[in-house]
This record gives sequence, C-alpha cells and structure tokens, in this order.
Amino acid sequence: MTFTLLLTHDERPELSGPNTDYDPVEVTPLKSEEVEAARDAALAAIAGAADLDGLKQVRIDHTGDRSPLALANREIGALPPQARKEAGQRIGQARGAVNKALGERQAVLEVEHEERMLVEETVDVTLPTDRLPSGARHPITTGSELIADIFVAMGWEVAEGPVIEAEWLNFDALNLGADHPARTMQDTFWTEPAENAMVLRTHTSPVQARTMLTRTPPIYVVCPGRVFRTDEYDATHSPMFHQVEGLAIDEGISMAHLKGTLDHFATSMFGEGITTRFRPSYFPFTEPSAEVDLVCFVCRGAGELEGSPCRTCRGEGWIEWGGCGVVNPRVLTACGVDAERYTGFAFGMGIDRTLMFRHGLEDLRELFEGDVRFTTAFGTEL
Amino acid sequence: MKASRSWIEEYVDLPAGVTTDDLTARLTALGLKLEAIDRAGDAITGPLVLGRVLTMEPEPQKNGKTINWCTVDVGDANGTGEPQGIVCGAHNFAPGDLVVCVLPGAVLPGDFAISARKTYGHLSAGMICSARELGLGEDHDGIIVLPADAGEPGQDAFGVLGLDAEVIEFEINPDRAYGLSLRGIARDAALAYDAPYRDPALRETPAANAEGWPVEVDDAVGCPVFVARQVTGFDPAAPTPAWLAERLQHAGMRSISLAVDITNYVMLETGRPIHGYDADKVQGTVRVRRATEGERLTTLDGTDRALSPEDLVVTDDSGLIGLGGVMGGETTEMSSTTTSVLVEAAHWDATAMFRTGKRHKISSEAGKRNERGVDPTICEAAADRVVELLTTYGGGTVHPGVTVVGTPPVPLAIAIDADLPARVTGIAIDPATAVADLEAVGCTVTVDGDRLTAVPPSWRPDLTDPFDLVEEVARVVGYDQVPSVLPTPSAGRGLTREQRLRRRVGRTVAGAGYVEVVSFPFVGEATFNALGLPADDPLRHTVGLANPLSSEEPAYTTTLLPGLLKAAARNVGRGAAGVALFETGTVAFPVDRGPAPIYGVDRRPTDDELAKLFDTLPEQPLHLAVVLAGERERAGWWGEGREAGWADAIGLARRVATELGVELVVESASRMPWHPGRCARLLVGDEVLGHAGELHPKVAKAYGLPPRPAALELDLDLLLRRAVDVASGPVVSGYPVAKEDVALVVPAATAAAAVEAALREGAGALLESIRLFDVYTGEQVGDGHKSLAFALRFRATDRTLTDEEVGAARDAAVALAAERTGAAQRA
Ligand SMILES: [Zn+2]
Repeated sequence: MTFTLLLTHDERPELSGPNTDYDPVEVTPLKSEEVEAARDAALAAIAGAADLDGLKQVRIDHTGDRSPLALANREIGALPPQARKEAGQRIGQARGAVNKALGERQAVLEVEHEERMLVEETVDVTLPTDRLPSGARHPITTGSELIADIFVAMGWEVAEGPVIEAEWLNFDALNLGADHPARTMQDTFWTEPAENAMVLRTHTSPVQARTMLTRTPPIYVVCPGRVFRTDEYDATHSPMFHQVEGLAIDEGISMAHLKGTLDHFATSMFGEGITTRFRPSYFPFTEPSAEVDLVCFVCRGAGELEGSPCRTCRGEGWIEWGGCGVVNPRVLTACGVDAERYTGFAFGMGIDRTLMFRHGLEDLRELFEGDVRFTTAFGTEL
Repeated sequence: MKASRSWIEEYVDLPAGVTTDDLTARLTALGLKLEAIDRAGDAITGPLVLGRVLTMEPEPQKNGKTINWCTVDVGDANGTGEPQGIVCGAHNFAPGDLVVCVLPGAVLPGDFAISARKTYGHLSAGMICSARELGLGEDHDGIIVLPADAGEPGQDAFGVLGLDAEVIEFEINPDRAYGLSLRGIARDAALAYDAPYRDPALRETPAANAEGWPVEVDDAVGCPVFVARQVTGFDPAAPTPAWLAERLQHAGMRSISLAVDITNYVMLETGRPIHGYDADKVQGTVRVRRATEGERLTTLDGTDRALSPEDLVVTDDSGLIGLGGVMGGETTEMSSTTTSVLVEAAHWDATAMFRTGKRHKISSEAGKRNERGVDPTICEAAADRVVELLTTYGGGTVHPGVTVVGTPPVPLAIAIDADLPARVTGIAIDPATAVADLEAVGCTVTVDGDRLTAVPPSWRPDLTDPFDLVEEVARVVGYDQVPSVLPTPSAGRGLTREQRLRRRVGRTVAGAGYVEVVSFPFVGEATFNALGLPADDPLRHTVGLANPLSSEEPAYTTTLLPGLLKAAARNVGRGAAGVALFETGTVAFPVDRGPAPIYGVDRRPTDDELAKLFDTLPEQPLHLAVVLAGERERAGWWGEGREAGWADAIGLARRVATELGVELVVESASRMPWHPGRCARLLVGDEVLGHAGELHPKVAKAYGLPPRPAALELDLDLLLRRAVDVASGPVVSGYPVAKEDVALVVPAATAAAAVEAALREGAGALLESIRLFDVYTGEQVGDGHKSLAFALRFRATDRTLTDEEVGAARDAAVALAAERTGAAQRA
C-alpha cells in the first residue's frame, strides 16, 4: 500500500528562482552535513512514528514539498552544473534511504494496525443468534417420507387415496363383507347419513384396493397416510393415526418375499441386525396372515439392559410392529387381478407407533398437540 | 379366552417338564396367541399354611375397633408345633375354623414383608389372610374360611387356594373359533408336542327317541341342529363344586349357580354354547323360526327387544322364549327354584348370529362362539355332558327322552395343487409334508397326482379356501421357517410430481421458520362460530359423522385453520412468545351425489361402476395453511423484536408460489375469518387459491391469541397443478446494470401491485427487476394520496444500455403507470 500526497496548487511552496551566483558549497541545504542531518532527522522520525497517522505526518514533514530534502533537491538546479551531480547524488541517496525506511515502517505499522483493529473488533460470539425462530417439519411427515424413500429405493412407488372412503373399498373389496365378524375389530367412523356407505378409512388398505383396481401387475406400492378409528384419545390411542401399508403383486410372490422386504425395511429404519419374525395371525385380506415382530433395537433382542428388563420391549426382546400376509385371492378377484396368475403380499404398520419406539416417545398425544418444542426437535428430515 | 394350564392338561398329556412359557410360545406359533400368563402365587413367597383357630379373644380398643387375639394351630409349620399367637382384625370366623396363615418371613403381594411384631399389646407372629391380601380378588369382607375338610393345619396353602395355578390368557383371532374352547386349545397343544389328546366331545351319546321334548325347527338354515335333553329332580340348592367354580373363575367367569355354571363349563370345555331352560316354565312344543315384524321379547337381561324378521327365535305355546343362540328369554329362565332343566344344544347359522348380536348390541360368550363358528357335530355330546354334570353334582334324574332335530352341515372339500403351500409360503414343503400337516390339523386328505383334496374337520368351519389350507400347513411347519428373500421389482418411477412438490412446499415453509403440526380434522358449529363465518358460508357445509367421538365436533373439517388456531393457542398458553405454525392436510367438501354403491366381490366392478363410486365421494383437496401469532422475530441484543402480521402470511404465500415458479396474484378481499381491511385473495390467473392476511380481532379473541394474528389458507392441489415442471434457465447478463428510481403519487386506495404491474409492462423487455422500496404519505403528497417509490433495474443481455435507452424505458414505464392508475411522478 502506498500513500500518495496530493497537494493542491495553492499549497505548493514558492520556488526559489535559479540563482547562478551561488557557490554550491555556499547553499546551506546542500551541504553534506545538512543533507545527512535532514536524512537522519527523517529516519529518526520514521522510526519514532507510533502509528499510521503519525507516519503520515512524518511523510509530509520529511518527504513533502516543504521538507528539507525536497527543498534541498529543488536547490540543485541553482547550482553550477559541475556541482549538480554530486549534490544530486547526495540528496538522492538521502531521499532513497528515507523512502525505504518509510515503506518499511509503513508495512510494520499496517500489520500492527490490522492486528489492533482485529483485537478491538472482538465480539462475544457466544451471544444468542436466534432472532428468527427455526421452522420444522412434523415427524409424521418426515417419517412417512423416510419410509417412502426406503421403498422407492427398491423400485416401489408411493400410492395415495382419499381419507373419506367408500365402504366397499374400505371393507368389502378387502374380504370384509358386512357380516364379517372382523368388521367389529375396527371401530369405524361412518359419515352421515350412514346409509351413504362412506367411512373415514380405518386403514390405508383401500389405497391398495384402488391401486389394484386401476393398475395392472406387477404392482409394488407403499401407502402411507392418516386413518381413523373411534378410539378414545390417550397415551397409546388416538382417533386419528397414521399407517403405512405395502402391497406387492407379481408372478411367483411368496411369504419369503414378504419376509425379505420387511427385514430390509426394519434394517433400514432401525439399523443392522434389526430383523423381523412372523407369528400366525388373522386378517381378512390376507391368507396366510402373520403378525410381524421386530428385534428390539434398544436391547437388540436380549430383553434386558444392564441386568434389568428392557423397557422398550418389556423384556420380550421383540416389539410388535404390524400385520402382514399373502393377499387373499378373494381380494385379488374383487380388485380385478388374475388370482390364478398372480400372488401378492401386503403388510401394514403404524407410523406413529414406529416413531414412538424409534424416537423413544412416551405419549402418542405429543404428535398431535402441535407444541413447537416437540416438533422442532426433529428438524426437517428424520 | 382364559384357562388354567391344569385344565388344558386334562385333555392332553404334555411331555414331562414342559414349562408354561414353552407351551404358550408353541401355541402362539400355532396361532393361539399368548396374551398373558397369570400366576397368582408368584407374588407370594415364604410360609403360607393352613391353620385351625384354637382360641379367639375379642379385645375392644381405644380407637373403637375390636381386635381378636387368636391362637392358631399351624402344625409344625412354625418349627415348634406350638400354637401361633396372631392378632386379627376380622370377625367372620370362630374357633375351630380352618383358615390361611402367613408366617413371619413370608412376603405377600405388594412386597409386603411379614414379621413378628408388637401390636395391640401382643406379639403377633403372622397374619390370618383375606383373599385380597393374597391377590386372589377384591373380596375384603373378611378372612378366608376354608371348608373343614380342605386340609390339615400346617399344610402348604398354595395348592389348596389354587395359588399354584397358572392361568393362560389367549388372544383368539376370529378365524380360530376352535381356540375358544379347551377342546381346541388342548388339540393344538397336542399338535405342538405330538402328544396324546383326549377329545372331550368324543363320547357315547344316547340315540334320539320319541320321549324327547317336542321340538320343531321351521328354519333349518338358521338352525340346522337342535338337541334337547332334560334333567328332573335337580336340587337347585346344590353347590357348585370348588374345582368347577375355580376353573370358571380362572376362565374369567363368575360362579352363579350350579346349573348355570355347568352350562358355562361345558361351553368352555367344548366350545358349544348351551342354553338351559326351567323345564317347568316351558309350555308345549319348542319351535325355532324367524321372528315376525313387530314381535318383542324380554331377554333374561331384562331388556325388552323389538325383533327383526331376520332374528332367529325360540318359541313355545306361550310365545317367544328366547333369541336363538344369542340370549334366552326371561319367562323360562332358570332360577333358585328350578328343579327340572331343559338343556338346549343347538347349532345356529353364524351370519344370523352375527347380525342379531349386532342388531341388539348383545355381546356374550355364547354369541361370540356362535357367530364365529362352532363344531356342528357336537350338539349331542355337549348336551350329554351337561346332563352328566347336572345329575352328578345336582342330583336328579336324566330324563330318558332325547330330541335331535336336523343334521349337521358337512364341510366342503377343498382341492389344491400339492405344491401350493410351498409356492405361497416360499418354504420348501414337499407334497407329503403338506398332506401330513393337513392331516395333523384334522383334515381328511386324498391325493390325486399333483392335486390334493382336503376335507376339513367339523371343528374348523373357517377352512373354506385353498389358501386357508396353505396357512394350516404353514403354521404346522412353522412361520419361522419362512426364508427372507428380497423381491426384485422392475425399475420404479420414483415419487410422483405431486409427491415431490409437496415435499418441496413443506421444506420451503419450514425453511421460512414455520413449524408443522398435525391436527384432528373434527369440527362443529362452535368451530365455525369462533371463526366468525356467516351462516351461509360454504365452509359450514360439511361432511358429517354418524358416530362422532364428541357431539361438539360432529363433522370433518372444511378448513385447516381451527386446528392451527388451537395449536397456536396451546403454544401461547404454554408460554411461547410467538408461534408460526403450518399444516398440510386434506379438508372435505360434500358433493351430495348420493350413497357410495356397494358392489359384489366376485368380480372387479366395471370402469363405469368404479367411476360412479369415486364420483360419490366428497371432494378432498389438500390444503396448506399457516397461523402466526405474537413475536415473529425475537428481541435481543441486536435490537427490537417484530410482531407477526398480515404481511408474513401473504409473504409466505408468495414465497411458496415463487418456489414453484407460479405467478401469484394478490388482491384485496374481505372474508371471514380475516380482518376485512387486511385480507388478500390469492389467485393464479383467475383461479382463486385461497386467502391470507391478518385475522379478524374476534377470532384472535375467540382463540385467546395475542393481538393481530395472521393466517393463510390455500388449496395446495390447485397450486401444485400450476407449478412449473421444468424451470427454464434464465440468461444472466454480465453487462452493467442501469438503476432508475421513480416516485409516483397515486390515490391512497390504489393498489401498489397495480402500479407496479403498469410500470413493469411499460418498461418493457429491458427491465430486469422492479421493487417497491418506500411508501410515503404526508403533507408533501397531499391528503388521500400516497407516494410509491420504485427501484427499477434495467439491463440487456447483449450490450451495455445507453442512457437514452434507459431513459426511454423509464419514461415509458411512468407513462403507462400514469395512464393506468393516474400516477403522477413526484416532483
Ligand atoms: Zn428391548
């Protein structure tokens, strides 16, 4: 960095006119000792400049138009030609030394200045910076997306459907005829009037039915979504909750493919080594049917942690995760799939419940209270 | 279904050393799911013995109570053989009674440690126990007094009290009705261990004869089999034997009277519901028929019921005496004076049972079995077992008459490919194994080449389909044998356009500082009143619920705002200084196009039928809504905070639209629940997406929110439909920008957006951007006017613009604004 001094015309000192009468040795400023003194004075002043402002003044004083060396330099022209060379050299050397010293001091002071500035500008970086509150997406949303992504990565697709659904799609098409005892297993919200044969869907299975009715196999879809049952609201029940169901229809599909898919799903959600087991169960829309349990990912199946029973699985080593089975051929027929050619599997589990044990939630209601302190803990992706 | 292990073992010889945990694990693996094992004695340790009370001295106390200072013979259980001194507060016993004593060192349920202690001036060495103290029930009327012959003093009391019993509770699925009987549970236990099995329904029964009670069945579909037997001279005062009462208690049934207990016992044992009539009250021929319209019956629960022509009823000469298979009538009910019992063991049509139970809201143990399917062949055996127990424990005589009407339906054969179980389960099951497993569950199997035909056993009416057989084979082979194989679908198409866009919207809104909520969609009148909606507001036209959880909220919502407002109020109530919430969710609008059709299930509905069905459903668009209240930006060391306001809500709508590449039109509107002067209608083209702005002060008040909350609600489906699929990359010019500021004075009511639009259009293609940076009202622009200052930036993609070009564009912009809005350039 260089500082240039620009003096206006008015500020310039009056120049002495050529004075051919002078003997150079008679001209005081050009005397060797005078030049040296001016140089030494300048060097001393430079060395003594404490800061950039001081140095700026030193520069003006000792190299400016009115500085002794500048004035002396101007006198050179007044010398007889034979004396000019020597005087010029002498002054040139002196000015060179001064400029060099100025430059060096400038560099030193600039570094010092910057260091001081940086010290002075220190702030308390521990001050809060939360002027704008953070947003967050709901874990049910991001959890559904996480699950969808696991299946999309396998080549599946995500299917959706309406929550107010036709009775036929929610029940009959799924082998849950009006006289099926299992209908009473699902406490259903009916829309008014009940003769309209519409329900708040009790599971996302009607989405499976819709998919089969409107597409041709092979079909590999997951259906996450909200569902309703007339359950009273408490720590583990809610009239509205969320399910993800899966449906695969293809040639040669078996329970083994169901097991493979659920093992992969479990491992993706809960980590290596977390697999599933099947227990016989009953669902009208599948046959054979199974309940699917998950290796408890807290105690990793041991049933205990540091000598006491695992709280997550109540010492069982397994967690009940959902239901599944081979799609009942009656369902395939009702939904227009050739049951002779194709088989399929289906599964379903609660998203809320899955999140509850994945994230150690104690009370289902936390998910529906809308308390920002709860939701922001999950950020925008699970 | 609950049963003690010992009762199960009456019908199956389990291998020695089988633990109850192992038994239940194997039964669970076979489909009879363990719910819980109840071991009453588990919570008791230490000496719990029988004692005979030798002396008891009542001692009144200062607190008004009287205690008894007793000495009790506990044999050698106390180590000395001396009588044990015990203070007892109960009075329901006398010297000589056999009681239950817990001695020092024992621990009772609730970690209640027993020690010898000084009390009421005596050293009480133990306790005489009540049922409640032992965890045997809630009965706290006094201590347990045992029958004199229950045992000897000093004898361990666990066995006597049934404390060593293990009661297993099963969760029986609807398809495994056989599991609602000891007969069925024991059969699966025998299957699990390949152990010897004794079928309690396999017994010699007398043949039907002419002396039997006259029975006529008019409806053989509804009641294929009706068996009647009779016991006379029965002692109604005869007690229920302790073992039987205990088994019933373990099964979760109360002991009522010997006759009733026996019918229940046989139902639990065989799965066949039995009805007992007081034979002296039954008049003439018993008849089974469907009810006729208008008939009524008072069932034995005292309820007077209007019957449907679908209901099966039992009648006699007096009229209706029972709702067949569901509940008996009051007039023929057995009582404490019944000495003659008419035993009915009938097989009823499962569907009829289900419908009647549902219609009359009767949920009974008998109904549960009848509607799920009972073995139709065991009516005679079950009735015979009842007769046997009645005469064994209640005296009396078996009437020689035996009535059997009808024949049990025969199970239909099911034919499958022999390799079907292997194909469906993915387990390597050879045909021979499949045959053996089907035979193991009771099927009669014949093999013909690659096909096998199975006739299900009479106790498995649930087996009707080929895949039912697959499940039977699978559960015998073991579900744990299913291998884990990932299917290999062909390439998928990934998320749909809408699915991707919805995620994008969610991230955008969360990125703008909003927190997502998930609310219940239930609303009612009060909800809409709180929103201040006028009586004819379309949002009040809802899809109603026939059976809402709360009569206050009997409908599915048409707007997301109520849920958000409630959540906002909850946050504020919990101390939040400000809250910004959003929700994406479906709302519902009725279409009133009649009921949804119910089609058959033997074929796919046609496309037209499906279209008709879809057409009846309510419209259920996805909405996006936000609510803000209170502090939006926090105050802090940087300075003042900022309250949320109308601009936040409208700004968010713009931000989302921009994210999707949609040009959003904002115009002034007036609509509840918004502030009439601070409400924007949001449009794309001429399609209204929704509204945003400050909420009406009444709404803020109704929900208890801080002043000036703001809200946005729009139809996200509509917005997403307009989203730009593939954004075109803009040409970004590197030439210098030319900036021009213009200040225009317009009437105060002129919309800034209108002025901006005119400027934009007038400026033409050279305009790169325009931004309103100041709004001024005051003396300098005169009353009723405002000055709008815009910063215009001009730039070309191919050259540096000349001053003349920029000036011309600027002038054209101002000229058009003047023409369109009357704007005058401010001097
Ligand atoms: Zn665990």
